[in-house]
Formats: sequence, C-alpha cells, structure tokens
Amino acid sequence: MSDVVEKTLSALPSLLSLDSQAGAGKLSPSSKLGNLIKGITELTSKHEEETLIKKELESIKEQVASPNTTMRQMKEIMVRAIYCEMLGYQASFSYIHAIKLAQQGSVLEKRVGYLAVSLFLNETDEFLLLLVNTVLKDLQSTNLIEVCMALTVVSQMFPKDMIPAILPVVEEKLTHPKEIIRRKAVLALYKFYLIAPNQVQHIHSKFRKALCDKDPGVMTASLHIYLQLIKENPESYKDLTGSMVTILRQVVGGKLPLDFNYHSVPAPWLQIQLLRILAYLGKEDQGTSEMMYDVLEESLRRAEMNHNITYAILFECVKTIYTVHPKSQLLEKAAECIGNFVLSPKINLKYLGLKALTYVVQQDANLALPHQMTIIECLDHSDVIIKRETLELLFRITNAQNVTVIVEKMLEFLRLTYNVWFIQTMNSVFSLGGDVMQPDIPNNFLRLLAEGVDNVEDRQLRLFAVDSYVSLLQGETAKLPQRFLQVISWVLGEYSYLREEESDPGSVMRLLARLLDQRHTSTETRSWVLGAMTKLCSSPVYTAIYWQNLHCYSTERHWLYKTKCLSSLFKLYLTTLIFEVDLIISCLSWLWCCFIPQVDSSLSFLDGYVSDALAAGAAPYKSPHQRQEDLVQEKALSLEPYGLSLPVSLSSCSITDRRSPTLLSMSSGLSGNSTELSHQEGSTTLKLEGVKRVWGKDGYLAQQQSAGETPTPLVELPSPLLSPQSPPSQKPSSGLEPDQEKRQLASSLFVGLGSHNSVCLVRLPSTVWLFIKNCQSANQSNVVKSLFKPFYINSCQSALHNLLDSTTVASEGGAATTTTPQQTSQRTLDHTTSNGNPHVEGTEQRVEAGGPLSLIRGNGMVAVVPPRDLPLTSHLPAELSGLARSEFTPLCSDQDSSLALSACRVYKEDALVLLVFISNNNDSALHQMVLQLTCKELEVYIFQTGLNNKVPLFFSEIPVGRSRNQDRNTRVSSNRDLEKPRIFCESFRNFCSPPLTVSTGDYGKMWLSFSHDLKQNLRLVTTEHQEPLTATLDALKGKLHLHVVDIIGSEGIVACRLLQGPGQGQPCLLHCRVHADSLAVWLRSPVPELPDSLLYHCQKALTET
Amino acid sequence: MMHFLLLFSRQGKLRLQKWFTPIPEREKKKIVRDMTTMVLGRKPRSCNFLHWKDLKIVYKKYASLYFCCGLDAEENELLALEVLHRYVELLDKYFGNVCELDIIFNFEKAYFILDEFLLGGEVQETSKQVVSRSIEASDMLQEVSERPCSR
Repeated sequence: MSDVVEKTLSALPSLLSLDSQAGAGKLSPSSKLGNLIKGITELTSKHEEETLIKKELESIKEQVASPNTTMRQMKEIMVRAIYCEMLGYQASFSYIHAIKLAQQGSVLEKRVGYLAVSLFLNETDEFLLLLVNTVLKDLQSTNLIEVCMALTVVSQMFPKDMIPAILPVVEEKLTHPKEIIRRKAVLALYKFYLIAPNQVQHIHSKFRKALCDKDPGVMTASLHIYLQLIKENPESYKDLTGSMVTILRQVVGGKLPLDFNYHSVPAPWLQIQLLRILAYLGKEDQGTSEMMYDVLEESLRRAEMNHNITYAILFECVKTIYTVHPKSQLLEKAAECIGNFVLSPKINLKYLGLKALTYVVQQDANLALPHQMTIIECLDHSDVIIKRETLELLFRITNAQNVTVIVEKMLEFLRLTYNVWFIQTMNSVFSLGGDVMQPDIPNNFLRLLAEGVDNVEDRQLRLFAVDSYVSLLQGETAKLPQRFLQVISWVLGEYSYLREEESDPGSVMRLLARLLDQRHTSTETRSWVLGAMTKLCSSPVYTAIYWQNLHCYSTERHWLYKTKCLSSLFKLYLTTLIFEVDLIISCLSWLWCCFIPQVDSSLSFLDGYVSDALAAGAAPYKSPHQRQEDLVQEKALSLEPYGLSLPVSLSSCSITDRRSPTLLSMSSGLSGNSTELSHQEGSTTLKLEGVKRVWGKDGYLAQQQSAGETPTPLVELPSPLLSPQSPPSQKPSSGLEPDQEKRQLASSLFVGLGSHNSVCLVRLPSTVWLFIKNCQSANQSNVVKSLFKPFYINSCQSALHNLLDSTTVASEGGAATTTTPQQTSQRTLDHTTSNGNPHVEGTEQRVEAGGPLSLIRGNGMVAVVPPRDLPLTSHLPAELSGLARSEFTPLCSDQDSSLALSACRVYKEDALVLLVFISNNNDSALHQMVLQLTCKELEVYIFQTGLNNKVPLFFSEIPVGRSRNQDRNTRVSSNRDLEKPRIFCESFRNFCSPPLTVSTGDYGKMWLSFSHDLKQNLRLVTTEHQEPLTATLDALKGKLHLHVVDIIGSEGIVACRLLQGPGQGQPCLLHCRVHADSLAVWLRSPVPELPDSLLYHCQKALTET
Repeated sequence: MMHFLLLFSRQGKLRLQKWFTPIPEREKKKIVRDMTTMVLGRKPRSCNFLHWKDLKIVYKKYASLYFCCGLDAEENELLALEVLHRYVELLDKYFGNVCELDIIFNFEKAYFILDEFLLGGEVQETSKQVVSRSIEASDMLQEVSERPCSR
C-alpha cells in the first residue's frame, strides 16, 4: 500500500476505509510506464535511448489509432506520451488524442487529458480551438472538480480570440460559493487581463468584490490583478491605498488563519504583494505615502526572525520605503536593514543586499559607503553572479573620478564570463588590427583558448570560436588579415572535433583547402593551414581531401611550404592512416619526385628566403675564412658589452673579462667598494689620458662644431660617443612621447589592482633629463672629457633615482634621454650593439662608469665615490637654508672627482625642493659650460652660482604640461667662470611630503570618497621600546613627513598630500594594520598614480630603516 | 511572474517542465539545455541566483534533484526560493518523504500538485492545507471512480 493512499486514508478515513488496493500511489514497476522508465535508465548511450523511444512512440501511435483503446488505456498512453515529450521526442500525433481524452474521458481521465493538453500545446496552437467547447461544458458542470480543471486549463492557456465565449461563465464563477472556484476564476480573469486587457475592462467592479472576499486566498489572488492594474495606472487606484494598508496591517498583525503562516511568518506572499502595491501607489505621492509610513515601519519591525522568508519581506519593505515619498526616519531604518543583508555570511542574502544597495544608491549614493569593504570583497568574489551584481552597484555610483577603474573592472568581468562577447570582440580586433598587431596578441589569444582544464566552459568557448570561424571562412576570406587566418587555422585544427555533431565532417577540411587555393594566402599562412589539416586528418573523409591537397601543393616552390608538406606527410605516415598500398606507393613516388630531381646544389630555392632576410636587415652570408677574420676583429673588440649598457651585462663582463689587463679598473669598480674605487684614482687618470687620445679629433670635433652653432633640439645633437651611423639617440627621444602615454594608460588601467607590475609602471611617471653638453674650451678639455664620460649616464640616473624614486636623471654624452631604468638599459644596449666601431678605450671607460651602478642596484643604497669636499651647506640658497632638509647625498662623480653631482631634499612648506649640485672640484675653473636640464611635468629652476658668487643666478621655470620636448629643455649657458653650479628642481609631482592634518572623522569621509586604492604588505620596523606599528609609522613620519592621524590598537591611519603638479594638494590616505609579521597597508587617493608612488616610497623608507 | 519551472537530475535529465508563458518548442529546448548546463556548472557555495537573458533564474538542489525557475527581473529571488521550497514541502506531504523516484514514476501527480499551487506563473494558494486538500479531493475522486473498474 502506498504512502499516498495512507495519507489519504488518514485525511479521510470515513471515505476510504474500505479501499486499500487502488493504486493512486507509486506506479508498480510492472506497468507500461514503469517499464519504459526502467528501460531508459538501464540504457548506456544516447543512441540506444533514441531507438527505444522511437519504438515506444510507434507503439503509442498504434494504440491511439486503434478504435479498441478505451479511455482508461488512453489515459495511461497519454502519460507515456508526456514522458516521451519530456525527454525531447515529439509525439505530435498524440495531441489530438489528448484533447479527445479531455473531452470524452471520465473525470480522472479528463484530468490527464487536460494536463497533456497544457503540456503539449501553446496558446497559439490551433488545436486549442477544439478545446473551447469542452472547457465551456466543464465550466458549467455541477462537478466541482471538473469546473476546477476547466478553470485551471483556462488560466494556463486559452486562445485569445475565444475569450468572449467563456468570459460570462468565468465571471459567474466569481460569486461561486466555493472559495477554490472563486480563486481560480479570479486567476483566470487575471490571465485574460494579461493577454487581452480590453476584454475584461467591464468587470473591474467585480475585482473589487474579489478584493473584499472573505476568503484570504481569493483576496490574495485578486491582488495579482491589482498589482498589474496599479502598476500600469497608479492614479486611478489611489483610493485603494487605505484598504491595502488595512489589509497589510491585519496580515502583519497575525489576523489571518494560522493556515496561511509560512514558517511562522504570516502570509509572506500576501505581505510582499501588498508591499509592492504600496510602492506603486506611494511613488512620488506624498499624501498617499504618509498613509503607509506606519504600516511600513511595523512590517520592518515585525520581520525580525532569521529566516529567508523574513529577509524576502525585509527586502521588499526596503524597496518600498525607498520608492515612496521619503521619510528620513524610515529611510534610516531601512538602510540599517540593508546592513543585515550585506554583512550576512549567507551568500544569497549578500546578493540580495547588493541588489538592495543597487536600488537605494540611486536615491543616495552615500548609502554604499558604509559597506565599502563588503563591496570590495564581493568584487573579487568567486561567484560571478555576485561579481556581476557588484558591478551593477558600482555602475550606479560611477562618477567622474572612479569611472576608469569601474569600467576596467567591468571589462575584466566581461572577459571572464562572456565567451561570445570575447570571441566576437577578438574577431573584430583581428580583422581590423590584422597584420599590424603585435605577434603576441594572437599568441596570447591562442594560449587563452588552449589553456585551462577541459571543462564545459572551456569547451564552450572553443566551440564558439570554431563555429564563428567556420562561418567566417564560409564568407569572403580575401579581406581577412593573414595573421587572423593563421589563428583561424590553428583553432580549427585543434578544436574542430568539438563540432562533430554538426553533420558534414569534411566541411572544415574543405574550407581550409579553399584557403590553400586562394592566391592572397601567404606562404606562412599556408603552412599554418596545412598544419591544421594534418591535425584534422584523423577521419577518412578528411584524409582524402587532405591527400588531394598535399599533391596539388607539392609542386609549390617555396621551401618553407615544402618542408611543412613533408613533415605533414611524415606525420600522416606515422599515424598509420595510410593503409592502402597504392596510396603508400604514390606517397613514396611523390617523395621521390620531391627529393631526387630537385636536388639543387646552388640552393637556388633559398634565394627568396635569403633576399627576404637581407631585406629584413640580416648580415650577408660570409664564407668560413671571412668569418675567421671577423672573429679576430671581434676579439679585439671583445669589450663590446660596455659602459652604457645595463647592470646585468656589467656583472657578466666582470666575470668573463676579468683576465684582460685593460679592465682592471672596471673590475675594481664592480667590486662595489668605494674606497677601493677611490684608491684607483691614479690609474683612472691614466686611462683618461687614453680617452683623450681617442676622442681627441673626430668625435669630439664634430661635437664642437654642432655645439658651437646654435643650440639644436635635443634629439638632433650629435653624440660624441656614438658613431655617426648610429641613430638610436634619436630613436628613444622621439619614442618617448607615446611611451609615456602608454605608461600612463597602463597606470590608469591597472590602478587599484596592486600587482607588482603596475607598481613598476606607475612609479616613474615623471622623468628628469639632465643633459650636459660641453662647449669648446681648448684648455679645459679634461673637464670636458670627464663630462662626456658615460659615467654620468648610469650613475646619475640610478643615484638620483634612488634619491627621488620618482625622478630619473640621465645624461648621455651629448644627447641624453631617460625614461625608466629598464628602458634606459634597453636603450643603452641598443647603443652598444649598434655602435659600429667603438674604441677600446672608450669602452673601457664606460664599463668603469657602470661600476657604481651595479653597486647601487645590489644593495639599494647610494654608495658612490664621495666628492672630495662637501661643504655644500654653505651653498644652499638663502631662502632654503633655514628649512628642514635631508642630508646631502652624493650621486656620482667623475673618476678623478673633478666633477661631482650631489643632491638633497629640502622640505618647503608648499613644495619639496630637490637640490642638485654640480661641483667642480678641480683646481682649474670651468670657463664655459652648457647645462641642459630636461624634465617632464616638473618645474625646474636652474639656479647657478659660483663659489665666490661671481656667477649670476639663473632661474628658469619649466611650465607643467607642455607637450613638446623642446619646451622642456632649459639650457643655461654661461661664459663666466663657473665653479659650483647648482641646479635644483622643485616640487616633484609624485612626491608627497608635507603632512596633511585631518581628524579621524574627516579621514573616514575622505577615505570613502576616494576611488583609487592599492593594498600591499610592508615590512614592520621593530625597535626595542616601541610597538612595531608605532615604530613603523614613526619611521614613515620621519622619512616621508606623513601625518599619523590615529593609532587604534593594531591599526593606524596616516594621511599626506601631494605637493604640486597636476594633482596639487591631492590627498592620499593610508590605512595600516599589523597582520602577522607584516604591515598591511591600504592606500587610497583620488589620483590614480598616487597610492602606487607613495607605497613605493614607504617601502623604500622602511627598507632603509 | 514565473515563466517556467524545471526539475532535473544531477545528470541533467529533465524530470518535470512547466511553462507558464507561451514559448516555441525550439526555444524551450534551448532553455532546458542552457539551464542544465548553467545550474549544474555552478560551484558549491555559490548563490542560488543566475541571470539568463532578461530572466532571473532561481534554483535550488534538493537531494539529487534540481528545482529551477525563471522569473521576471523585478521578482523577489528569496521569495522564489521559498516558492520552490513550498512546492517541495507539498510534494513531501503528498508522497511522504519524497525522492526523485517518486517524481519520475508519478510525474503526472507532481504536475497536478503544481497546478494547484501555481497558476499562470503566480502563486495561487499559499496555504499548504488548502492545496493538499484540493489534491486529495481530486485523488479521492480518482479512487472512487477507479474502484468499479478495478473490480
């Protein structure tokens, strides 16, 4: 006996006490449906299922057609037909029989008939017309169950045009004594209203009656209609507000029968329905809204139990409160409620919280602020749905300041989730960008496609790519860039198998073959295509086409192509796909004709390749003995990786070339010991003599001439260090502008992501070029020479870099340009390689010069030869002498210390001043000196003075924001004796130093309003007598002049502001928390680059401590 | 308003489908396919809500069976979850400790129960008693009318 019967029994013992056999419960497995279901579950493949269902449908078809089938059997058949339909097999022949069953069957057969009809048919189905009469008959039946069934089917589907036929009967049912009939009638009318509103207009008064029905079920049902009506036209139903409020109050007050409680919450569905209606009624209507404030507040108060359904009510309540005319007290309470959602550990509630926030921030964006942390967390949530909802929220609070970050987040999300969008976008990128784009873009794209586990999502992405490419190839391919075609062929080769279900297996092969045929397809692309075809030839259909093509193209002249053909052939051969003997023979004969007759000792088939390579700048072929000669020459020039070059090559130099006696000084420089370096001075002087000899005439003279003429733009200055045919000095400077842009783009793109890369990218947005050019001065040539030493390039740059971090200084012989350290090194490498015939001595000098650099890199400290005397304090400009300043840091100096660079920071109230001193420690005076200082985005004042104050003050300002390089070059020249020129650059844009004094409260507000943030862990400073946090913050305060706002427990907040530049006065806030052994710092600022830059300074400051 | 309700197994086998709005056959198949892949592809500890075109998908897993419904965008997701739950409660009450097999072998009963609970995509009756009473009433009729035939 089944459970159901048992239940029925317990519910209605009097009626069913006698019956214990009838099978209303579980179907016995011996029944036909049971057999069918069991049969299906035992099957293993889709194909078997198909056969079985086909057979089943055949038998059903036979049975329904048979006149001997009783209605009872028909009912059973119909259930099986429904089952087959559910599995996705059409049983359309049974539709008419379903209607017949509904028409003619007894009540329970009718029930199945109606069910089948409602499952099989659509509102638009013509079969439904056949049902109208049946429905009409059943509606008028005296059997309640028949009426119920008819009303059910009517409210599920009914042909629009036939509504008038049954409308009066349905209307009549609104007054039926049974509430279930009234309820179903109301819902049927609701359905009619939805599909044909004008047909039920006349019965609006009857709806009102339903609303006042004594049965809560009927009343609830009528609310569906009212919600719809009020939504469409709230004005006409304002008079209902009172009733709705009363109903809601009664419901909330628990006046309904307990029957309607759901998990002890009174009629939640009804409550929510009413809250929605109230929202529509009270929207932008103060009077109406005032009527509902009380009840809204009560709902909010009552819904305190911790169950999903109460949260559902709360959510609706909050929405209503924020929709109707605002009442501040209520708004506050509702906003509090949102906190319950957002902070809940339950992910569903979190989602709802975000949704609620999204809704309410449209009224008041500040409401999102208390939940910032949660929002940020949700942004990185593993669930994409949560992410998406968060983005939706962010979208609502987008403003001019955070738009970049938010858009970036959104794009990131798109990339993650929307395969279709991604492939389509990449398609257009490939078709438009085509062959101009960097080769790593297609490579990355292919990697993205290929990587990842073989899960459904990946497969979908690939399949979509394959499908889109197939349709692309079916169209016009002539305009597709070669690179795109290569991507296409690779993808098709790898993943075509994914679309195996789609009929024609050879189609992809044929499309690829067509590509081979086309004249515009380049040889390289063809080899890609062939590669793809090789991968595809796992099926015989493919092989035939493939083979055919291999033959056709074996005559192709190009060797690359030929090689590909051969390798493809071998692969084919090895994978033993060729079973037929004649095919093997033809293959071998093909190989024969491929190789034997075409042996070409002159290698003429390589001509094309050679000329291509030559055109691309490769060196011409040299015979072995020629090469030997070159080798000898190379030996002489074995110091090639010299001076200008990067630290990496320097260290390798020191090891490999140590034995060379000429490089002694270099190795000493590399040893990183400053004292050692200084006691080498004697030898360096010697070497300077060498340099003099080398540079004496040619290069130097050339320099003289150009310098003697007019001050030419920076980029055109000939460099004495560079041989005339080497253009790279020009290249980097012209390339600088777009490069800067790129970096800025990157910084704005990656801001807030906190990756290490981005730190590198944005750390140096501004650069200073120090450009020192020499003028003719016959008797001061040694000084001049020393100025020209590449020494300055590296050491100045890195030393200054160390000092300022946001600043890079470089001087490079005649022309100097610097961007970032990485770039410089790369560029100097260019110099090294492109320099045609460098002199041995010159090279040596450069290597020496590089010495201190590697030292600096090594331990991050400025450790250079200290200039001989540093009584620089006395040379501070009067207006700066009284201010707090850092120590003088020697940046670099000449080998014999005749010229030295040193710098210090001075903290002015409104600016940070960087003073750069150039001191001439030589006895002989500098008669003439051209100093060129180039800097981007910085104001540079050149301020020259001599020891005995003979030299007038040069004061020059570089306006911020000009775009041309020339504008930013400041040249100062003086004919007078110059002993200690001084340069100071003021106000580095990215250096934030003066304290920003704010209160904790202000800090909180500011924190929330900033959009650019960055998180990073820093080292903690540990001292004996202080807390690590306090010690660390004090260290930061001391080093960077930050303002420590407050320290609470293990957390501290710090503020500072930017001095000058485009973002002058912009604040940056830090939130520090001690986390294990490190300090978790969270920086925020309205300026994108600021947190990054400041973080870097903090890191450095702490490292130094 | 609810647009559809699907019940499917962990293997993606459809156990019950109810469409409350007229949808062409092909579209239905696509929806079923999309829903099964989307819902089955969800990681554990994800929320029970999804987006699909303009619809909001709310799903919940009960034992080996997934209950999944598509709603209008403005509907309350939590409430929809409770609708699913209420339906499971009703099934449970009817079958007594309902399991997937009950629904497989008696899917038409599951449909009848659904028809008493939801109508035209709206909750028709929120009282558990009322729903089960009306189902029992029809069932009883079935017993009564079947008795003469079976003897």
